[in-house]
Amino acid sequence: MKISFEWLNELLPVAEAPRELADRLTMAGLEVDALEPAAPGFSGVVVAEITDCAPHPDADKLQVCTVNPGAGEPVQIVCGAPNARPGLKAPLATVGGVLPGDVRIKKAKLRGVASSGMLCSARELGLSEDAAGLMELPADAPVGIDLRAYMGLDDTVIAVDLTPNRSDCLGMVGIAREVSALTGTRYSFQPPAPVPSVHDDTLPIRLEAPDDCPRYVGRIIRGVNTRAKTPLWMEERLRRAGVRSLGPVVDVTNYVMLELGQPMHAFDLDRIQGGIRVRMGSKGERLELLNGETVTLDGETLVIADERVPVAMAGIMGGEQSSVTETTTDILLESAFFSPLAIAGKARRYGLHTDSSHRFERGVDPQMQTLAAERATALILEIAGGRPGPLIEAVESARMPAARQITLRADRIRRLLGTDIDAGEVHGILQRLGLTVSGDGNPWTVTVPPYRFDIALEVDLIEELARVHGYDRIPVTHPASPVTVQPQSEERVLLSRIRQAMVDRGYQEAVTYSFVEPRLQELLDPDYEPVPLANPLSADLAVMRTSLWPGLIKAVQHNRNRQAQRIRLFECGLRFRGKLSGLAQTGTLGAVITGTALPEQWGVDNRPADFFDLKGDLEAVFALGGHPEGYAFVAAEHPALHPGQSARVELEGRPVGWIGGLHPGLYEALELEAPVLLFEVDLDAVQSARVPGFRRLSRYPSIRRDLAVVVDNGISQQEVRQCVHAAAGELLTDLVLFDVYRGKGVEASARSLGIGLILQDFSRTLTESDIERLMARVVERLQQELGAQLRG
Amino acid sequence: MTTEHAEELQALVREARAQVERADSLSALDQIRVGYLGKKGRLTEQLKSLGGLPPEERPRAGQAINQAKQELQHLIEDRRQTLDRERLNTRLAEERIDVTLPGRGQQPGGLHPVSRTLERIEALFASMGFTVATGPEIEDDYHNFEALNIPVHHPARAMHDTFYFDARHLLRTHTSPVQIRVMEKDGAPVRVIAPGRVYRCDSDVTHTPMFHQVEGLLVDEGISFSDLKGALHDFIRQFFEKDLDVRFRPSYFPFTEPSAEVDVQCVQCGGSGCRVCSGTGWLEILGSGMVHPKVFEYCGIDSERYTGYAFGMGVERLAMLRYGVDDLRIFFENDLRFLRQFR
Repeated sequence: MKISFEWLNELLPVAEAPRELADRLTMAGLEVDALEPAAPGFSGVVVAEITDCAPHPDADKLQVCTVNPGAGEPVQIVCGAPNARPGLKAPLATVGGVLPGDVRIKKAKLRGVASSGMLCSARELGLSEDAAGLMELPADAPVGIDLRAYMGLDDTVIAVDLTPNRSDCLGMVGIAREVSALTGTRYSFQPPAPVPSVHDDTLPIRLEAPDDCPRYVGRIIRGVNTRAKTPLWMEERLRRAGVRSLGPVVDVTNYVMLELGQPMHAFDLDRIQGGIRVRMGSKGERLELLNGETVTLDGETLVIADERVPVAMAGIMGGEQSSVTETTTDILLESAFFSPLAIAGKARRYGLHTDSSHRFERGVDPQMQTLAAERATALILEIAGGRPGPLIEAVESARMPAARQITLRADRIRRLLGTDIDAGEVHGILQRLGLTVSGDGNPWTVTVPPYRFDIALEVDLIEELARVHGYDRIPVTHPASPVTVQPQSEERVLLSRIRQAMVDRGYQEAVTYSFVEPRLQELLDPDYEPVPLANPLSADLAVMRTSLWPGLIKAVQHNRNRQAQRIRLFECGLRFRGKLSGLAQTGTLGAVITGTALPEQWGVDNRPADFFDLKGDLEAVFALGGHPEGYAFVAAEHPALHPGQSARVELEGRPVGWIGGLHPGLYEALELEAPVLLFEVDLDAVQSARVPGFRRLSRYPSIRRDLAVVVDNGISQQEVRQCVHAAAGELLTDLVLFDVYRGKGVEASARSLGIGLILQDFSRTLTESDIERLMARVVERLQQELGAQLRG
Repeated sequence: MTTEHAEELQALVREARAQVERADSLSALDQIRVGYLGKKGRLTEQLKSLGGLPPEERPRAGQAINQAKQELQHLIEDRRQTLDRERLNTRLAEERIDVTLPGRGQQPGGLHPVSRTLERIEALFASMGFTVATGPEIEDDYHNFEALNIPVHHPARAMHDTFYFDARHLLRTHTSPVQIRVMEKDGAPVRVIAPGRVYRCDSDVTHTPMFHQVEGLLVDEGISFSDLKGALHDFIRQFFEKDLDVRFRPSYFPFTEPSAEVDVQCVQCGGSGCRVCSGTGWLEILGSGMVHPKVFEYCGIDSERYTGYAFGMGVERLAMLRYGVDDLRIFFENDLRFLRQFR
């Protein structure tokens, strides 16, 4: 809503400067976006009259005009405007004047003819985009007067970004009421006087959807001169509100909308057959709108129809066929109340948004229709003449929004705001807002006029009081601190701890979009069908990720394309699997690495990172929970991973994730070269923690014995480890794998594992014979179960 | 003791001193020690030969020899210490390293600035007794809109450019549905914050289709708007670690009444007006208000007994202001050159 400060001052005197008023409005919840001058700066421009025009001797398109500037001698101006003609009054930038853009007017010669000034178009003055010709001023404009003073251009336009609840401020009358409430300046709305009819012509109006349109006011005005010129003052007010002038009838309906907040429409009466039916459009019905588009109605859209066809989309836009044109003489004025629910969302459904739909869907004053019709009639008669008929009103009173009564308690104000507002101020604020108050605060009864759609409950009244009283006057307090202790489970590792562990191991945290490109998703997690967005922003953000890998791989590509060689990224976030009904939104930790194991540095044999580097990082995260033995890495195949270098991660036998090298078949499609390794695990599994339980320490020495056994490549280290544990029993307190050897002395199909056993008893020092027996048992068991051989 | 004897002893000591001073290693020094003081050493021999002296000369002679022996021992010990010191110095010189060479091993990475900011916000509210709650990102219409008093076709829905899956499912447009879920589950009193990802179907220089919010909700008996002012006032100043002016401005959210936008004095210009604050001197950083009675009604909480406040803030916006980032989109490019700045 754009407020002309000058117009507002006509409704109530404003003592504040525009900037102060803007701050008051902002601090009352009517956020001011901008303060703009009504016109850009220019000076030395006066109203002038062209008294004579002669052709330019050397230029076809130029005329040499004699212009009366008011004061002093007539001046000679060379002008190229096609509408320059004797008798025309137009703005004259005099010599020494300055136009917008710092254009200084000097004496000049145009094609050899002297020119002392410049006749201006509206565009040259920064008043509109219209550069077709000179700005035509009214015939009664006083010659010689400064144009800024004549047009009242030293005005400020205050642009307010209204929240959707404040439809009552979508007209100057509402703004004035609001300003009155804020400043205390008295304002009372003067309803326009009824215009007496001079004939009895009416037409029938039928409300066939009375819930959606409970009131429709019409009036026939005959003999309107639709070619009349809209007065400059009205054009100017429309312009400052951001509305284009489109002819006297449309201008009047727009002006009344801006003034009273009531959108209106005018039909060419000759194009209306029979009467008016306010009804639901039938599915498939077509309507050509004023913007030139033809829409097909959906059966849920309210229309204004005549006896045969829809002539307007109710409250949104008129139809082209029934519109007022320059040949129209008889019009039907419309001033209706459409219920917000009938209009809300409808305009958007057809890709439309109009000043009218904006107001109706937020709520128009249900008592304004008749008054607006009278006001518009009076203005049309004044500007374009015509003979008005009687008002035709169709109304379903029972369905009209009515005034509401709300109980307001003084102690509730205190409890909700944390401060008191005294009874006198409560009365003053509510009354200035147009509400009626009775009672003594214990409680009050407040009657809310129907134009305040946003006030239905006691809290709504309290908000009105708070914002007019001033949020800045409400104290700053603190409630009593909580006495309850919040649970802190020791069986969960905090997410921040997990993130920190990854960071400590050299990873940068990434945050990637939750929606990804379907192709990337298909390449990296083909086993899951992703959920598609109905209205994606673009094709590469079209489906919800079922895995963190697509986003992480995209981040790797981004950085590889920017010369990063060594990349270590992780992300924590949800992945989305399954159908919409029964969708699993699972917190996941994912990571990707490529490049060397360590950052480039001196004195280190820096090899490319491999599976075990990544696995070590994941194991370090698992270790945070204090039960690393609960996790297992089981050789298994995943479509996106190298079949020989991938493992399913399990927690207590339950699958919780995957780790491995990217499948060699994917590098080309992903435009990657250097080896990439990935893991992804359920956060829930990573966060699982064990509360430590103390185990007594042995007082006897521990003894270490090392073994080197050759096992077939098909036997995993895990199996060897389990076998040793089973054979050694309780005396084995720890087991370390210190070597894996392939090569000379060992067959190609096998490898040698170096294992250290740490043995200890709780009740005595182990003897040499104890140990020998135990080691023999271990070796025998390894031979029997796994075919392992002691390495000689 | 004869003069001859005494001179012989002095000569011996002189000779020994010269040898000790020339000794250039511990082993050479040891040889000298053995040569004079060992079992068959020359001074030892002298002691042995005392027996050949007349008894009345023996004490003086013995004293003289012992004196010479002690002197020689001192000489050798001094020399040993000198040699030790030299040897250590040599070793130290040899073992000298360039301590400015970089240390070895893995270098730590860093949190994403959004996480860093979230952790900071969480820590500040944890100190006020708030716990962290989470909710789904694919939400239903009921929790994202309806239970927040935003019915179908409400104009406020137009302010949320919503990503839909079907008529009922959508990507949450704010973290506010977590309010509903927490109150549905736990009733009142409640004191939670809900950080997380939110989505809007909008993308340009100042909008990304995904960003982060932190929702806050405190419901209890006797909670008032002035308490809301207190909590956010403190939070903002602690977050920026500056005594910034904070102002509460009436606004409109369907799920709070009264509602307030919270502006902070521009962190860039201090309020005099600059590009960051579009010349206003204020930065809008939070939406807040008292929980709407209808929201309580949806959650089965008695709004006569309980009151509460709620607020929501954009994490990227706070991160941008705190760390001086002037580009929103860079947060989601995951460019290492950007991420590493937040180590």
